[in-house]
Parts: sequence; structure tokens; C-alpha cells
Amino acid sequence: MPETTYSQIALDGLWRNNTGLVQLLGLCPLLAVTGTAINGLGLGLATTAALIASNVTVSSIRHVVPPEIRLPVFVLVIASIVTAIELGMNAYFHELHKILGIFIPLIVTNCALIGRAEAFASKHPMSYALVDGLTIGLGFTAVLFVLGAMRELVGQGTLLAQAHLMFGDSARWLSITVIHHYRGFLLAILPPGAFIGLGLLIALKHIIDERLARRQAATVSVPPGGIPVPGEAT
Amino acid sequence: MGRNAVLLGVFAVLGTALLAFTEASTRQRIADNEREALLRTIHVLIPPTSHDNDLFRDTEEVREPLLLGTRDPMTAYRARKDGKPVAVILTPVAPDGYNGSIRLLVAIRYDGTLAGVRVLSQRETPGLGDGIEADRSPWIQQFAGKSLRNPNEVGWGVRRDGGQFDQLTGATITPRAVVKAVHRALKFYADRREQLFEPAHPTAPPPFAKETPHA
Repeated sequence: MPETTYSQIALDGLWRNNTGLVQLLGLCPLLAVTGTAINGLGLGLATTAALIASNVTVSSIRHVVPPEIRLPVFVLVIASIVTAIELGMNAYFHELHKILGIFIPLIVTNCALIGRAEAFASKHPMSYALVDGLTIGLGFTAVLFVLGAMRELVGQGTLLAQAHLMFGDSARWLSITVIHHYRGFLLAILPPGAFIGLGLLIALKHIIDERLARRQAATVSVPPGGIPVPGEAT
Repeated sequence: MGRNAVLLGVFAVLGTALLAFTEASTRQRIADNEREALLRTIHVLIPPTSHDNDLFRDTEEVREPLLLGTRDPMTAYRARKDGKPVAVILTPVAPDGYNGSIRLLVAIRYDGTLAGVRVLSQRETPGLGDGIEADRSPWIQQFAGKSLRNPNEVGWGVRRDGGQFDQLTGATITPRAVVKAVHRALKFYADRREQLFEPAHPTAPPPFAKETPHA
């Protein structure tokens, strides 16, 4: 494991170890709610909040909880936090809650949460755990948002439709109809569209990583330890 | 061993306490939200100026599994002006949607014509069956002004079945379920009109959580 610094944690969470694109955790909500960009953003932010809260809690009790009972305790912590967030969303973002429906309580089953609790938060101090939760969450949110925007644009020709559900009535101007009188492209909205879109995003990430690796290999003077190269950088 | 058990117990209590606290502090707001959302939908169909009573205090519990599509008791909301009946709002269920039940909101004027229909909840195919939602397509608007005799018994179906209602492009099962459910709700209204408009029971329970002032 590389030396733990805030920037390392952030880089891991946002890019190198991205939950959606690299670890492929939490695929169920990722594929199910990304019909529109706003839905993706809403679920992403809810997941981020849950990740931060569970990471910080797990980290704060890491010296109290003996290893034998850590998993039930983590599960309990995560379940309580997610349910509290669900109630909060129902109270303060009622319309969005109605749309995201079952996927908010299902954050409990998002392996990213228990994964981060076990692999990171239970071994690191609170401040690190907080940054980890935040960046892992934001990395996940970014994937949800981009995938949602892609599917929305191709599927129904709009961007940020129903932005008012999240930001209030003053945000209606954010919704853009990109293609007028668009007949819609059903495949993008249905589940296969989510798989295809995610596949494209993963491919895109690989292309970018490869470019970066090649550029780094070209400049010899750069000190090692920047972007890790998967295998074949010659 | 014993220490672990106690520790688990402590965490269970803490978790429960957090949930109890959150639930208590959001309960009123969630109930208000649900009411408000329902009232907004109702007021699209029945203008707020057309009635002067509090819809949520003037209700009647009804139960009719065959015509309303659910075994559970259903709250009928009555709209009145100067004590005279104006309309009744039912929330029947279409049990035979493409992807499970569809919950509708059906507003029927006192004379038996439809003020309109809206969808409260559905899980139909995105892009096809979800065209029954008012903000996705104008399909649901065609119910306004219809009644049990207009069109006649045969006409109450989608065109593919020889009826007078359009289906949606690529979706027949969903519109068929909705048309049938609305038709049944109208029959229910015809059977029970006088009972539906009986004066409010002073003891009738309020539909959602009790109206207690914010703490």
C-alpha cells in the first residue's frame, strides 16, 4: 500500500480506485437509477453522505470494537446511517425521494460502504477516513452523473431534466432540451443502455490511463510514484 | 465473550436511538409532504376555488376489492362548496399493469363526469408504459369529461380492443389496465354515490398522521 497522504487518498477515490469504474462496486444502483443525470446525482450524493458518516463512525470506534464482532457492528452502523438518510431525504427532498424510491434504502447493500469500512476506515484515523469517504463518494457520484447525462441525452434528448426536484423551483432553467422533437432512443433508457454506457466509460478511462502512462514513460526525468502503470508500460 | 455481547448490545441500542430520534423528528414533515403532494395533484383536477372544505378532514373510508382493485380500505376525499357536494376523489388501483399495480387518482364530479385522472405510482417500462404519467405524455388527459355512459360500455377500452381510448405507442397493456380501472371506479361511484357524499363522520380518522403543531 502506498504511503497514506490526503492527496493519495483523494486520487485513489476519485480516479485510480474509482468505485464505479475500477472496483465495479455498487453496480445495482449504478445501473438502475442512471436514467437521468439528476437521478444519478441524487443517489450519488446520498451515497456520499452515507459513506462519509459510516467511514467516520467506523474509524472513531476502531479501537473499541474487537475484530471478532467488527462486521456485525459495521453493518449495524451502516444500516442505521442509511435509514436516517432515507428519512431525511423523504422529509426534505420528497419528490426526489419518490423517484429514487427503493434505491436509497438499498445503499445499505452497496458493497462500497462495507468495503471502505473494512479496508480503510477501520485502520486509519478519522480525518483520513473522512477524506476517503468524501472522495470515494464523489468519484462514485461523478460516474453516476456522467452515465445519467449520457443516457438522458441519447435516450430522451434532454440534459438535467427535472433539476427542480433537487435544487428547488429556481433551478428550472438548468433543464435543457438539447434536441427538440426528439423521438427518443429507448435502448439508452432501458437497462442495456446502462451496461453499454458503463462499458464505454470504463473503456474511456483505460484510454486516458494509457495515454498518461505513455507520456510518463516518454519523460524520463519524472520521478517515479506518480500514476501507477498497469503492467505493460515499456 | 461477555464483553463482545455487551458491546454489540450497546451498538444496537445506539443505532436504534439514532433511528428513533430521526424518525420522530421527520415524521410530521414527511406526512405533510405526502399530503401536500396529494393535494397538489388533486388541485390540478379540481380547482381550489371550486370547493371550500378541507379535503383531508372530509373523508370516508370505503372498501370494495372488485371495483377499486385493492383489499385495503381506501380513503375517499369529498369536495364540497357551501355544504353541497362538488366532487369525490378516489385512489383506485389497476392491478394488471405490465409491471405490477398502478395507483391512480380519479376525481369524479358529483354529476358523474370525470374531472380527470392522474397516476400516483407506477413501475411501467420507462419510455413506453410510463407515458401514462401526465408529465411524460398527454395520454392521461383524454379521461377528462368522460363518464360511465360516455362512451358506452363497449367504448370503455383501448382502440385495439374496440374501445374509444388511444393506446400508447409500443404499449397496450398499461393503457388497457388504466382504462379498465377508471371504468370500474366510475361504476363504483354510480353504485355508491349517495353513501360517498354522506356528511363527514366527526370521528373519522384523519388520512395521514395526526395534525399536531410543530414542536
